[in-house]
Amino acid sequence: MKRLVAVAMALACGITAVLADTDPIAERRALMKHDGEAAKTLFGMSKGKIPFDLATVKDSLKTLDEGATKSAALFPDNSKTGGGTAALPAIWENKADFDARFAQFVKDVQAAQAGITDEATFKQLAPAVFKNCGSCHELYKAKSG
Amino acid sequence: MKWVAAVLAVVVVAGAALAWALSAPRPRYSAEEWHALGLAGDPAAGRLVFYAGGCESCHKSPGQDDPLKLGGGLELKTPFGSFYPPNISADPVDGIGAWRPVDIANALLSGVSPDGQHFYPAFPYASYQRMTPKDVADLAAFLRTVPPVKGKAPANALPFPFSIRSAVGLWKLLYFDNAGLRPDPSQSEQWNRGRYLVEGPGHCGECHTPRGFLGEMDLKHAFAGAPLPDGHGKAANLRGGDFLNWTDADIVEALTSGFTPGGDVLGAGMTGVVRNMAELPESDRQAIAVYLKSLPPLGPAAAKP
Repeated sequence: MKRLVAVAMALACGITAVLADTDPIAERRALMKHDGEAAKTLFGMSKGKIPFDLATVKDSLKTLDEGATKSAALFPDNSKTGGGTAALPAIWENKADFDARFAQFVKDVQAAQAGITDEATFKQLAPAVFKNCGSCHELYKAKSG
Repeated sequence: MKWVAAVLAVVVVAGAALAWALSAPRPRYSAEEWHALGLAGDPAAGRLVFYAGGCESCHKSPGQDDPLKLGGGLELKTPFGSFYPPNISADPVDGIGAWRPVDIANALLSGVSPDGQHFYPAFPYASYQRMTPKDVADLAAFLRTVPPVKGKAPANALPFPFSIRSAVGLWKLLYFDNAGLRPDPSQSEQWNRGRYLVEGPGHCGECHTPRGFLGEMDLKHAFAGAPLPDGHGKAANLRGGDFLNWTDADIVEALTSGFTPGGDVLGAGMTGVVRNMAELPESDRQAIAVYLKSLPPLGPAAAKP
């Protein structure tokens, strides 16, 4: 009996750990928060509010790249509600379009990573990255403020 | 017994006649009155009114990005049913190309169509009625210049009793003040411009002001945030919470690029609002910021930044 309890407890702990590890809503929200911070830095720089710094640009783009690449897979069918998500049901109604927009975002971020070598190329390539934020939020994100 | 029936019949007929009379559409201008204003209409100025009014957010043909392709048909889900904003392109049959400026004026300012029917207030004339006749004339001139688009939007899908269009007349009696907007001489020109844009063409309150049982705006809580009509999420409180930490410059930025001070990018309906506001001169966005920051705080206090 003791052994059974021990096994059950171990299993329960294991399951909890697995669940905690794969809470897609929490995970994508955390990624999006990092994306937001990176975007804020990049945007501030593009507006001249923050001095241009190539290393910071590269770091921020890396954050966006990772965030976008990982987030796309974090919208499974069982993650439509709960956890304070602002994801709209439209995501799952237009999953192909939603995924295509994430792919476009990744593509634009990677083009920026490859092409930005100085302030001039940054100013040239950054707007294409920013454009993705609004294009997706318009259709797929509920809360506006 | 007979006289009871007779009295009842009279009461019913009189009641129906009264309801019919009370609910009759009342356009603000006759053709002569509008003509007497002598407004020629400047399409270049009207282009800015078009963007200030966010017309394309609802009337743009869905599934494409050209803001001047105004075929209508986007579904607007509300607690009262689904509305399909009509084609307002210059097509004379499917759009409004055959409308005279006075027709556009009465639509925007009184919510009345050229054939004398009420529009449902999903068309935000409760806000547009505050627009100046000059802005209306300029907008009408601009709308002549947009390309014609063929095809009509689907009919609204409204359950009974909201399907009774004449009932909108009674709603107007209760909730449509039709008073326009008088400038407040004690405030600056900039403040007045901001208020005009926010309460008139910008129709911010249509989403940011909570609504009562019959969809009327709860003006005691103007701009204090409200659940969005489609049931997903909330329009932000512009008089409380985090918004109180926003500076004028933050508001201008958010209305230009969509970027918020927190690094978010405005989504849902605000994406279209930003797209439109960004077309206005910077001075207009600044005026909006000045007006919004002047509103007395309401609702939860701001968290420390």
